[in-house]
Amino acid sequence: MKRDKLIGSVLLVVALSAISGLALIAAFIFREGVPIILRVGAGQFFFSTDWEPSLGHFGILSMIGGSLAVTAGAAVIGVVFSLGLAVVLTQFAPPGLTAALKPAIELLAGIPSVVYGFVGVVTLVPLIRHLLGGPGLSVLAASIVLGIMILPTITSIAIDALQAVPRSYVEGSIALGATRWQTVTMVLLRAARSGLVAAVILGMGRAIGETMAVIMVAGNALALPHSPLDPVRTLTSNIALEMGYASGDHRQALFATGVTLFIIITLLNTAALAVSRRRAGRRRVG
Amino acid sequence: MANTRCAFRVLGVALAAVLIGEGCGKVSGRSVSLLGSTSIQPFAEVLAEQYTKKNPGHFVEVQGGGSTAGLQAVDNGLADIGMCSRELTAEETRQFTRILVARDGLAIVVNADNRVTKLSIEKIRALFAGRLTNWREVGGQDGPVRPITREEGSGTRESFVRLVMGKERISRRALTQESNGAVKELVKGDPAAIGYMSLGLVDNEIGAVAVEGAPPTTDNVLAGRYTLVRPLLFVTKGAASPAAQSFVDFVLSPAGQRLLEKEGLVRAR
Repeated sequence: MKRDKLIGSVLLVVALSAISGLALIAAFIFREGVPIILRVGAGQFFFSTDWEPSLGHFGILSMIGGSLAVTAGAAVIGVVFSLGLAVVLTQFAPPGLTAALKPAIELLAGIPSVVYGFVGVVTLVPLIRHLLGGPGLSVLAASIVLGIMILPTITSIAIDALQAVPRSYVEGSIALGATRWQTVTMVLLRAARSGLVAAVILGMGRAIGETMAVIMVAGNALALPHSPLDPVRTLTSNIALEMGYASGDHRQALFATGVTLFIIITLLNTAALAVSRRRAGRRRVG
Repeated sequence: MANTRCAFRVLGVALAAVLIGEGCGKVSGRSVSLLGSTSIQPFAEVLAEQYTKKNPGHFVEVQGGGSTAGLQAVDNGLADIGMCSRELTAEETRQFTRILVARDGLAIVVNADNRVTKLSIEKIRALFAGRLTNWREVGGQDGPVRPITREEGSGTRESFVRLVMGKERISRRALTQESNGAVKELVKGDPAAIGYMSLGLVDNEIGAVAVEGAPPTTDNVLAGRYTLVRPLLFVTKGAASPAAQSFVDFVLSPAGQRLLEKEGLVRAR
């Protein structure tokens, strides 16, 4: 009894220290980054495309646009392939295939991002340059690389969501004479919708935070992209490219870029959490 | 009996610790750490290799990170010598001791298939600023121009801005790459590309254009005909430590300078 209490409190301390780590990091980023936003003016900082630190111009709209464009592209690719995979693995594939495919997809998550970037630069970028034109380093290249990188995240959460749909729904639908495909599109995907949305949002959170692979394939130009073939710089690459040299206002502006990223990711995660909570709530009522 | 043996063991361990400690002390007395410009890094590594071969027991550690990072590291005492591939600012000149170890041409590089072989500084500026957007306008084949620049804070970029751009700004549409190697890789693969990089690292996979009529060769740099030249500096805070001074002396010696010339740089004097 006494030992239980002791272990309990030790674990509590460990858990709290993890959370306090998060709190410390957040406090530090905000302390370093917020003053420069206030000094430059939030409107100027968030809505100007003029980033020229040596002249004291700090506007990150291009980078916000870049991050959103790349993430949206990755989400499209991720959604198509991940949802397809999840449906096939839970509904159509023979158990043997599922047993082989699932670990293979999970293995994708273990490949270091610099390897994805390198493969992208060597194969994908020249391919895009020759087939579609433009510099090759582009929104499209980054979207494809990121889309593959977030595949494991979305797929595994989507599989959980599909498996959580009560068996009776599927059986009921089949009993009513619906085909397998009708059951999937009209019953299964609808019943699992909130879980699937949460999976996609979490995948997007991962995509927007990825750095190394994006620096290598996105081209890092400072202009807002006009087409998928234009090069872009994301918020994360901006920090990683310039932090080695930065001092003074420039360094603070990079922290402010981090603040922006922090807020976007927090919003995405909160959205994912809210969506999946709603699912849980509804299930309890039903 | 057991006690004496134990005492001997303690003594042995203590002795070993003293010896190891002594050894470490000597090693650090003979070791030099360099940090900074990725343009100087490969040359510094070659120099370090030769230096340690000639002086057994000495150690030289070379790291990249960028010119400005090198200066910061020297300032914080993290490195003995900072490598800087651009001129120091007035403030930095007051703060650090500047040692010119070599000079480097800044090559304006294009794809090997590009027909353009010479450009004026005015034209280069216009190409990088995004005012000229078609190679036809400078005597090349019809097609877009894609300037490639380096990241903010790179010594190569700062030298390029000082020597070519002046007050004008590099186009925001320019691709940004993190190293000389990445610029070269991109120029090698993209027929529309134009970039700038260390002359010492140019090879025949890419083309380097003549600037104001002077092809980028070591002779032209020495004679002052090729004007895009930047200093390669070693920087120390105050006087260098004896170990660092010994390495600097080697770099400035005829043997060290010959080595740098062989690698494609231009000697300091």
